[in-house]
Amino acid sequence: MPERVAIALLYPELLGTYGDGGNAAVLAQRLRWRNIAAEIVDVHAGEPIPRSCQIYVMGGGEDAPQALAARELRSGSILADAVDGGAAVLAVCAGLQVLGQRFAGEDGKTHDGLGLLDCETHRDDGPRRVGEVVVTPEPELGLSELTGYENHGGVTTLGPTATPLGKVVVGNGNAGGDGTEGIVNGRVVGTYLHGPVLARNPELADHLLTSVLGPLEPLDDPEVESLRKERLHAARHPHMHMPQLRSGWRRLLRGS
Amino acid sequence: MPAVDLPLRTRVAALAGRAIADASRWVGAGEGSVIGGRVTLAIDQRALELMAAGHQSVVISGTNGKTTTTRLLAAALASRGPVSTNSAGANLIPGLVSTLFRGRAGAAVALEVDEGHLAEAIAAVHPTAVVLLNLSRDQLDRFGEVRRHAADWRLALAASPDTVAVANADDPLVTWAAGACDPSDDAVSPDGVHMNGGARRCGVTWVGTGQRWRADASACPNCGSRIRWDDDRSERGGVHWTCSSCALARPRPDAWLEGSDLVLADGRRLNVRLQLPGRVNVSNAAMAVAGAMALGVDPGRAVRGMSRVRAVAGRYQVLNVEGARVRLLLAKNPAGWAEALDLIRPPPTPVVIGINAGVADGRDPSWLWDVPFERLRGRVVVATGERGRDLAVRLRYAEVRHTYEADYRKAVTAAAAGVMGRQPEIDFVANYTSFQDARRALSSKVRGGPPAVRAGNA
Ligand SMILES: [Zn+2]
Repeated sequence: MPERVAIALLYPELLGTYGDGGNAAVLAQRLRWRNIAAEIVDVHAGEPIPRSCQIYVMGGGEDAPQALAARELRSGSILADAVDGGAAVLAVCAGLQVLGQRFAGEDGKTHDGLGLLDCETHRDDGPRRVGEVVVTPEPELGLSELTGYENHGGVTTLGPTATPLGKVVVGNGNAGGDGTEGIVNGRVVGTYLHGPVLARNPELADHLLTSVLGPLEPLDDPEVESLRKERLHAARHPHMHMPQLRSGWRRLLRGS
Repeated sequence: MPAVDLPLRTRVAALAGRAIADASRWVGAGEGSVIGGRVTLAIDQRALELMAAGHQSVVISGTNGKTTTTRLLAAALASRGPVSTNSAGANLIPGLVSTLFRGRAGAAVALEVDEGHLAEAIAAVHPTAVVLLNLSRDQLDRFGEVRRHAADWRLALAASPDTVAVANADDPLVTWAAGACDPSDDAVSPDGVHMNGGARRCGVTWVGTGQRWRADASACPNCGSRIRWDDDRSERGGVHWTCSSCALARPRPDAWLEGSDLVLADGRRLNVRLQLPGRVNVSNAAMAVAGAMALGVDPGRAVRGMSRVRAVAGRYQVLNVEGARVRLLLAKNPAGWAEALDLIRPPPTPVVIGINAGVADGRDPSWLWDVPFERLRGRVVVATGERGRDLAVRLRYAEVRHTYEADYRKAVTAAAAGVMGRQPEIDFVANYTSFQDARRALSSKVRGGPPAVRAGNA
């Protein structure tokens, strides 16, 4: 194990719209709680990506910043080299799309992705997919149900060799008609789940950590368990978790 | 009362709206401003435009601070004559309509407008001045709104040549939008229209507010390149910024803050003394003074008028809850939180934080991870609200000592429990609908009773 685990947060100003920087914070803190030193390295657009990090994290963002981030990443092969060298990657939403073969950007233009994940993303005319998501992970991952919040206009189809992260129980996920959510290629994990996803799913955080560091002692997460229980229930019973519907008429009349 | 020279249809529409609003108020269903405005608009779609004509008017918008700034600006205008202004929250088109049908003839009008409806409001009201505060991410479940708002504002201003803009020079999105009023601006609109097509423009008053929030303006609204902040170059109340590829840059302010002094380009210097706490409200006041000046109010008089404002729609209000003095603060998004963390009193003052994720808050609270809650380490924090559990997890990772309590009153008592002394002071910070819930829950034990208002002591 390295003396100090470095977690790169890629382009937070471009791919940081949905609080996904929290994923890096969760990874670092879960290491520190196990007495393993950890640091987060913010990598801004225009700066070189450090080669020596153990985990790389990318979040969601809007169309123009996403295309800019893809251009930055394509200008070198550092991310692919790092994965070959044993690093893990978590890519959320726009990040997932950028790591695929191709993705559709603003006004339908197709951009080349990095090809670290065998998928491609296009757009349809439907409304954006927004809301709570519940996912049953692929059994070989050995994870509990995943909970998150999605917000994307993309439709991601998986290539023939690709493994999804799991099957959608509530929500849309990849939205390609096959009921899958996310995509996994070894230590590279792509998902549409915000929340941030690792805050709501500590087992997925530890899965990424063990994929680069080997086995880790378990942590006690009672507060996260309460949150997970609440969110999983809310996703399955949305009407019971919308007090604003109950008081909606009152608020409408009051004018607030 | 609507002026008599309005068309008959508009007068009937206004009277009907008022009647419905009064009835709604009479049955205890609230102020009725929204329902009344809707009735008026149903009868006469052009009611807002027709009723606004002939009034001197200013509209105020932005993601954060619009209610407070409107209140300060209305107080400044009131130092000169009658003012009509909307009640907090009634900031969509029906709320504006009902403000006008209650307004006195000849009164100046100060309207807070939701940032997503400002373009529509400008097109209908053709205001004398528009005060543009800031734009930042607010409701994550809506998409790409910040940039779209800026573009909509810009187009609406270009189509309203008699309107003067008062704009925050420290916000690149606002600067670009307000450029539509600047005779020297030659940028091109998002749909390719060259906006300086010889149109008459009334100009912009640029205000250096010293706003420090940058995270939502990393890309230039004009060309998409990176915005560069030159921290070594500070002038006229703020840090210079410039686009790395096009000509968009921080304009030279006409009014700016030096500490709590507002300095005007002609050399005048006004001490802004407020009863509202915090730097952020000094910035709001600076914008309000410039807005009042655009309507011809003497700045010294404006500042004196504003100094009387004590609490704004419950914000900064102090409530007595089981012997504890609870001060209410509103923070809706990361930019608002950056300011609120400065307003919170130092440790050991306990803090209660209420987080909801209703439609008006945005259904996705993952922005909690963009707030540096680490700054609350070393004191007691109680998490509450419909999404208090999301907050609790965030605080756990920030290593802030905390508990979770679903009930608002119990959350306050839990926070007070660890404090010595007879009247513990507590800061209660909440996002939009949680703030309303907190006000209701903490104000009175009597259901529906009036809030027990005690003026802010900050
Ligand atoms: Zn530019």
